[in-house]
Amino acid sequence: MSVTSGVSADDKAEQDKAAPPPRNRGSSLRKGEGKLGLYLITPTIVLLAVVIGYPVVKAIVMSFQKDPGLDKATGMFVSGGNAGFSNYTHWILQRCGTVSCPPGTLGAEFWDSVGTTFFFTATTVVIEVILGMWMALVMNRAFRGRGLLRASVLVPWAIPTAITAKLWYFIFAYDGIANRVLHTHILWTGDQWASRFAIIIADVWKTTPFIALLILAGLQVIPADTYEAAVVDGANAWQRFTQVTLPLVRPALMVAILFRVLDALRIYDLPAILTGGGGGTGHATTTLSILVVEQIRGGFNSAAALSTLTFLLIFLVAFIFVRFLGAHVVQTQQRQQKGTI
Amino acid sequence: MASTTAVGGRGGVASAAERPAIRRRRRFTFGSVRSYIGIAVIVIFCLAPFYWMVVTAFRQVGYTFDTTPWPTHVTLDNFRTAFSTSLGNHFGRALVNSAIIGVSTTILAVAVGCFAAYAIARLDFRGKYLVLGVVLGASMFPGVALLTPLFQLFTSIHWIGGYQALIIPDISFALPLTVYTLTAFFAEMPWELEEAAVVDGCTPGQAFRKVILPLAAPGLFTTAILAFISSWNEFLLASELSSDKTQPVTVAIAQFTGSQPHQEPYTAVMAAGTIVTVPLVAMVLLLQRRIVAGLTAGGVKG
Amino acid sequence: MIRRIRGFSVAMASLGAGVLLIAMAGCSGGGGDDSASQNTTSRGPITYVQGKDNNNVIRPLIAQWNASHPKEQVTFKEQSDQADQQHDDLVQHFQAKDPHYDVVDVDVVWTAEFAAKGWLQPLTGDFALDTSKLLPATVKTGTYNGVLYAAPQSSDGGLLYYRKDLVPNPPKTWDEMLQDCSIAKSHNMGCYAGQYAKYEGLTVNTAEAINTAGGEIVKSDGRTPDVDTPAAAKGLTMLVDAYKNGDIPQQAITYQEEQGRQAFEAGQLLFMRNWPYVYSLATTDASSKVKTSMAIAPLPGLTATTPGASSLGGHNAAISKYSAHKATALDFVKFLESEDTQNTFATKASLAPVIASLYDDPTLIQKLPYLPTLKTSILNAVPRPVTPFYPAVTQAIEENAYAAIKGDKTVDQALKDMQAAITAAGS
Repeated sequence: MSVTSGVSADDKAEQDKAAPPPRNRGSSLRKGEGKLGLYLITPTIVLLAVVIGYPVVKAIVMSFQKDPGLDKATGMFVSGGNAGFSNYTHWILQRCGTVSCPPGTLGAEFWDSVGTTFFFTATTVVIEVILGMWMALVMNRAFRGRGLLRASVLVPWAIPTAITAKLWYFIFAYDGIANRVLHTHILWTGDQWASRFAIIIADVWKTTPFIALLILAGLQVIPADTYEAAVVDGANAWQRFTQVTLPLVRPALMVAILFRVLDALRIYDLPAILTGGGGGTGHATTTLSILVVEQIRGGFNSAAALSTLTFLLIFLVAFIFVRFLGAHVVQTQQRQQKGTI
Repeated sequence: MASTTAVGGRGGVASAAERPAIRRRRRFTFGSVRSYIGIAVIVIFCLAPFYWMVVTAFRQVGYTFDTTPWPTHVTLDNFRTAFSTSLGNHFGRALVNSAIIGVSTTILAVAVGCFAAYAIARLDFRGKYLVLGVVLGASMFPGVALLTPLFQLFTSIHWIGGYQALIIPDISFALPLTVYTLTAFFAEMPWELEEAAVVDGCTPGQAFRKVILPLAAPGLFTTAILAFISSWNEFLLASELSSDKTQPVTVAIAQFTGSQPHQEPYTAVMAAGTIVTVPLVAMVLLLQRRIVAGLTAGGVKG
Repeated sequence: MIRRIRGFSVAMASLGAGVLLIAMAGCSGGGGDDSASQNTTSRGPITYVQGKDNNNVIRPLIAQWNASHPKEQVTFKEQSDQADQQHDDLVQHFQAKDPHYDVVDVDVVWTAEFAAKGWLQPLTGDFALDTSKLLPATVKTGTYNGVLYAAPQSSDGGLLYYRKDLVPNPPKTWDEMLQDCSIAKSHNMGCYAGQYAKYEGLTVNTAEAINTAGGEIVKSDGRTPDVDTPAAAKGLTMLVDAYKNGDIPQQAITYQEEQGRQAFEAGQLLFMRNWPYVYSLATTDASSKVKTSMAIAPLPGLTATTPGASSLGGHNAAISKYSAHKATALDFVKFLESEDTQNTFATKASLAPVIASLYDDPTLIQKLPYLPTLKTSILNAVPRPVTPFYPAVTQAIEENAYAAIKGDKTVDQALKDMQAAITAAGS
């Protein structure tokens, strides 16, 4: 959401440049601003440096060191020394020593878990946005029961994910309520696709309400006369949705999607508790975060390399996304300003 | 897109003018039925799993997998198990821990974050976008990557078993959350207020203290709720950085045990989940407007 | 717009540059230490570290110790109930050379790792323990490279639970058991299940099948993998075939201990491999349908003369090399090993004793009727691989056995991959 704030600040700056300042800001205000701004942000930056900067640096330092190896003569571990990039190539090329990592090693699971992570991200975000959009439209139309709606929608969001995961683990047990209600005998935690969908269902339940609320807020700032004008113009419901609603909620939607994507790429609690990363061939639901935690027990330095890779990957996605998102935000606003809707 | 609308609009003018009233009335009844169905579906979707948690929480442990959809074999034993210190489930203490950690994190994050948010939203200074980038970078940082290095640091300075070992890592996500939510709140407030204050002879600092801050109080409060919930719900970091004395509820519940090492007392876990969730749900019910405002603050102002 | 993107990039680039700069400046210290020979005679207060004290048994024992050792008080540090978290907690405290973690309770499968990292005081010389009374298999779990590093504290072995109302004589061999599956079919219930979800329990069950068939996972040195053999294939095939033809019900692929117990108690299973903890629950649970109709037997073997080879559970007590009061720590370990303490563990927490004679104690058998059967199980037990790379080894076993049982891989391919993955784990 800082992106949005950035946009609004930017737009202000652009307006300042383009036209004579719409407001006369006193010079006394401007003079003190630079220094004051720095003072105000310093505590935040210092705190972030301690709680995030330090671990990042330490993880990077560790990732260039070898994990301790066994001295065959004494049977004792000896420190590994400098690793160069070998911890990184271990993951990216899936090399274990001189051979390609055999199935059953964590090294062989890197690209699979990248795929799984992206699969979860794509499916959950798409489903959540579509379902969230529908929920937001229903809530926006509701006259009675809006309080009840809002309250019940906040319930899944408020339950801690760890407890959500336990709850769904219980629901998806073989003898659990899910199979009973559906009259099925699905192995929700064992089958490759069933286990993935179990996680997707749990995540959709937990997060869709959040998306719906964000979209609803976007819907509520659309003036009623915009719709009335469209109705007078004879636009049908679908046209009104695609040509009035969608463009107007797009900024809110994009921010919601960005945050969901970043959150989904880090997914840990749900698969870790629901399936333990298992299912399918044995690691059908192992996401990058789970792989990091599994690797921590098999060597810190290698785990540090993996978590650095995870961070870089998430960063890359965010960067691409901000570009993509930013373009759309500006487009939408320009259209709005020109009154072409 | 615009031209399509125009064409559609021109074509539809006559018919729309002819029978606007009829259409509106018909749509109202049909629409309201559909709307009620929609509401029902959403409410069931959101509450059914929660309902199942509560039903299971009140069910005897021997009937854990009983799938009768209404309460049967009702008992309070599970709540007793949850609080049973003789089984090693220090759930009461965990509740207190969660409250301590949540409140401290919230106060710290809001106290520090509100200044940064004000600066980003209101002031023009060098490196503003750098700060924004750092906050965005921080908010997308994967929690697993913090674990190992922080544990090593905290162990060497003997912090494990202290609340600070949990509060400080929680800052890593609570502070960015606070900054971007508050930035949106500040950006939304009219500029004229500050200018008026400056005209009245206030420095920017005074303008912030005397004008902006009181006006931002609702925003601060909302942000505080969000920060509190996020730290109340945190699991991964707490599971590694807490001792049995400081562990919060999420960790305590994940580690619930029965009288035997392999036993997983689902009903007691559900009972504990119910206890943890009920205050949150109550808070959410009381403060729903504020929470929704906070959640959406960043999103709509694009 | 462009400005914002640039701002973002600049922020990230400078963050990255800063990180690299500090990264290059950082370096790690290291080097050997001779802490094994330090503090060996010093006495004073110590800390005992253990996972969650489920039955409130360790606290009274410590109180009892403290009453008679006013100057050598023991403080109890209780860890979580999760094995992984206990492991991480220990690793990280050892890495910090924490002198306050004096006596630690380690899962049998971690002993080798901690020993090889040089964190455990070898129990040799002045620290030697009398292991003659202990069950030999439990002593093996504490032994790495021929040296005892940890004292067996509690044990656990697999049992065959069966329905004596349907099967009057428990099967002695795997084949006999599968023949009895027709009885299960006629009663419309599952025949046999163990733990086949992808977690540690699958390693336990796979190792049991392979060991029972005369195979082994690693050679006696504990390091060299030896799983790509006909005997091991025979063992794994037993599980794979039984799952394929439905003798093991399909849902068992999601079973951990609890799901199997629930199914057995609901009368849905004729045979079940599980730990002794099920015994008291299945006979007392209000919902249990098998309260009086269940019985236990040793795990089925390949031939009627030798019962199946159980994997060993349990914990060992070890002394940290960094302990400041090792003489006290040793005394406390001996206290944990003592017959009285073992008796208390067994009666109050149903922990299987490590002292052989306790299994024949009539009063104890009265309380824990499964003890004689458990003794057979533990006497024939094979420890899981004693390797410092246990997390990777168990991963190799789980992943490939899981694929084989589900039919995603042939047994031969699974064992070949398992062999290769265990080799890679140790490199």
